[in-house]
Amino acid sequence: MTQPERSASVAGEARVVALVSSGRHPVSGRAGRAREDARAVEMGLALAGASLHLAHAGDAEDAALPEYLGMFHGLEGAGGPGELSLLPMAAGDDAVPLLASWLEAYGANLVLTGQRAECGEGSGLLPYLLAERLGWAVATGVAAIEHYAGDRVTVLQALPQGQRRRLEVRLPCLLCVDGVAPMPRQSAFGPSRRGRVEAVANITAEPDTLQAAWQWQPARARPKRLKVVKSTNARDRFKAAAAKSAASGGQVLTDLTPDEAAQKLIDYLRAEKVLPAVQPGDEGQSSA
Amino acid sequence: MLQTLLPILIFAALAVGAAGAVRRIRLWRQGRRTPMRWHRLVLMPKRYLNDLHHVVARDKAIAHTHVATAGGFVAAMALALVVHGFGWRNPILGGLLLAASLCMFIGALAVNRRRIDPPAKLSKGPWQRLSKSLLAYSVGMFLVSLPLVGVAPTVLGGGVLALILLALVAWGLAEMLIGMGWGGPMKHAFAGTFHLAFHRRPERFDDQHRDVAHDVHRGSRSTALFPLDLTAKTLGVEKPADFQWEQLLGFDACVQCGRCQNVCPAYAAGQPLNPKKLIQDMVVGMAGGSDARYAGSGYPGIEVGKHHGGPSDAIVPQLVEAQTLWACTTCRACVEECPMMIEHVDAIVDMRRFITLERGETPEKGAAAIDNLIATDNPGGLDNASRLDWAADLDIPRIQQRPEGVDVLLWLGDGAFDMRNQRTLRALVKILHAAEVDFAVLGDEERDSGDVARRLGDEATFQRLAERNIATLSRYRFQRIVTADPHSFHVLGREYGAFGGNYVVKHHSTFIAELFDAGRLSVKAAEPGETVTYHDPCYLGRYNGEFAAPRQVLAALGVEVAEMERSGYRSRCCGGGGGAALSDVPGKARIPDMRMEDVRETGATTVAVACPQCTAMLEGVVEPRPQVKDLAELVASALVEPAAAPTARNSSEAPEEVPA
Repeated sequence: MTQPERSASVAGEARVVALVSSGRHPVSGRAGRAREDARAVEMGLALAGASLHLAHAGDAEDAALPEYLGMFHGLEGAGGPGELSLLPMAAGDDAVPLLASWLEAYGANLVLTGQRAECGEGSGLLPYLLAERLGWAVATGVAAIEHYAGDRVTVLQALPQGQRRRLEVRLPCLLCVDGVAPMPRQSAFGPSRRGRVEAVANITAEPDTLQAAWQWQPARARPKRLKVVKSTNARDRFKAAAAKSAASGGQVLTDLTPDEAAQKLIDYLRAEKVLPAVQPGDEGQSSA
Repeated sequence: MLQTLLPILIFAALAVGAAGAVRRIRLWRQGRRTPMRWHRLVLMPKRYLNDLHHVVARDKAIAHTHVATAGGFVAAMALALVVHGFGWRNPILGGLLLAASLCMFIGALAVNRRRIDPPAKLSKGPWQRLSKSLLAYSVGMFLVSLPLVGVAPTVLGGGVLALILLALVAWGLAEMLIGMGWGGPMKHAFAGTFHLAFHRRPERFDDQHRDVAHDVHRGSRSTALFPLDLTAKTLGVEKPADFQWEQLLGFDACVQCGRCQNVCPAYAAGQPLNPKKLIQDMVVGMAGGSDARYAGSGYPGIEVGKHHGGPSDAIVPQLVEAQTLWACTTCRACVEECPMMIEHVDAIVDMRRFITLERGETPEKGAAAIDNLIATDNPGGLDNASRLDWAADLDIPRIQQRPEGVDVLLWLGDGAFDMRNQRTLRALVKILHAAEVDFAVLGDEERDSGDVARRLGDEATFQRLAERNIATLSRYRFQRIVTADPHSFHVLGREYGAFGGNYVVKHHSTFIAELFDAGRLSVKAAEPGETVTYHDPCYLGRYNGEFAAPRQVLAALGVEVAEMERSGYRSRCCGGGGGAALSDVPGKARIPDMRMEDVRETGATTVAVACPQCTAMLEGVVEPRPQVKDLAELVASALVEPAAAPTARNSSEAPEEVPA
């Protein structure tokens, strides 16, 4: 299913960057590689080899950084040590402007990253905000890179139930790697020790004012809806258990103008009581 | 004619042999240098005559053969040098030379008889030739020396006969002296001499060992892996030149006797490992070339002659396939059997270290276990707080609540997460309660000892775990550590010392035996008719010399023990050590199946085990088979609890565990 990535001969010219974040182990909560970001690095190494560059906005002492650098082994060619550019910032700062200006300065044309961080806000919005700011294309749920040449990259996008969709994305672009992408290689101690973390100088992080204004509260565990299958037939019960909840009651809208589409979404969110039902008047663009 | 040609022959052979020896020494010195300790050369004779002979003498016939042949040769050579070389033609010396040659001849005959239909473990090729060369040398030397005592007339001094004799002696000298220096079979004597003197583990020869058990069992005197300097330029061994020079020297000492091959569980299971071939491959790598000239059994499933190496070429995969290294269970059976005291396991772990730490190519499940160890401190990736879930109803004291200290710190090991081993641990706790032992556990502060990480080559993770465990242990007060896991027992007791953690660690079999000795346990008599056999765990027995205590415990229970053919220091591994259960290299048979076959041969209905790994591996053998019980379980089920004892709460769980 996962087809071998073909690294195009022009890849030497291209500047491939993987954005990595600090992961949290689901059991112990210890810092380490984030699962999707590690897959993004794996995809980058398979594509660009040792010329892949890593970037992280955050704390230089993060235990996850050496683990990512430890993946720089078994590469064709020189296979030098991994390099990571660190954009120093505090936990409450906004990573988007830092990363955007750095990516532009670096001249990246293909940026790989996971779909969402495992700690902090973890909203999964960062790739979109980055792409918006840079004016780049963004593709999510990437399971594999099929072809990478010239000004285009062909990727396979993961859809529910093992389906794949082939997308052709114009460069430069941001690819958000899905959890179904190939397993990341082992992080080895030797390469992690040799990897270089270079703090980028002359940047100042700005506090994330939006986030600071938010009100935080612990998540409330919601009761799960039981799926009762009324069938005496084992085959039906199996199908019901195996099937992912297929979309029901939805509608496919095509040929809408962006404004109409946005209005439909707002209507839907109102119907689901995600947005207040009564028009407050001042919250027009926050859902963009 | 003889009197002029013999000295020339002898000195020429010596000179050519010496030139080869210098070249050989250069090969060894390609390895990483360590400070030279020349004075150790003095220790060589004792190490040879005592320690080496001790291992060789496990096979009496070979020992006698070797004493006659080698002793005869050394004497004959020394005397020939004086008599024929320097021309001191003394009849007494001549008589001694004749006797020495005769002695060597008798030994050589025995060697030749063994070589008529050699067992599969032996290498053929040059080693077959050696047996003939020994005859040639001894016969030739005997005959040319006859005139010295006047038995044969000086007729021998001329003519065709003299030429034939000279040819015989020359053949012998070429094999014995030139071959010794230039890598022939006799190389083993030359390399072996220095190997014994400069052995990397001098403690193996130390008869005044601190621990009596290790003194009795020589194999367990020095078994801890060497710590790796994590700041070194490259970690582990990539190419032969990365070995320490003493290790290269050790490889060269191999006599290809195949004792290691005979006891290797992976080889028997048809996995691609043969300790003898591995050592020969290291020699090929050190000297450069291909393995095509190897004349013994290869790695099962891998053709001989397709691999090549050089001192500065990567070992894996050109010279040795990674699968070969991952098949090793680190059971130390090969090291135990090796008459030349070669350290196979050290070499394998050194090469694994490079694969894991530099290449990141640990077998998949091994890599997952290492990742889990890094993230959760246990190889299963489980919540460390659940380490005591199985003991929720047992009221086990925590050491955190005992600042004044306890007698025994019970180290649970990672078996605490395994449902099978939890039964063993429950039994052990029951015993401790019954004997009113003052004990406590670390609870969720306990981490994996690091055994698996270390054997898989991840020294970084091992050292991290060791340092954290040592820091934890330093916060609490206890007299000794008791554990039901021989791997933890070995690592805590013998490998943490290098990192500043020195503890009295006892395996639960030793501790229970002590409780019996002190009369603190009372058990009911065993039911007659049931036969039990005992499987020695490698890390308890071969690694730590504890063979007696488990048998003492079984004797205290009054059960009849039927020993397996391979027991004690020759116990066969269960297949679960050294991360082999994780790397799971395919073979023709499964190691635990073969071990269970050993158990069946004794007719035992129960096999007593003393290790969570062994329990898991042996219980993985399909039924019907003898049942697998840990010593603790056997003792716990036989316990007679004093009526109205203060530990009455335990009697409520006397009926066996109800599955939750």
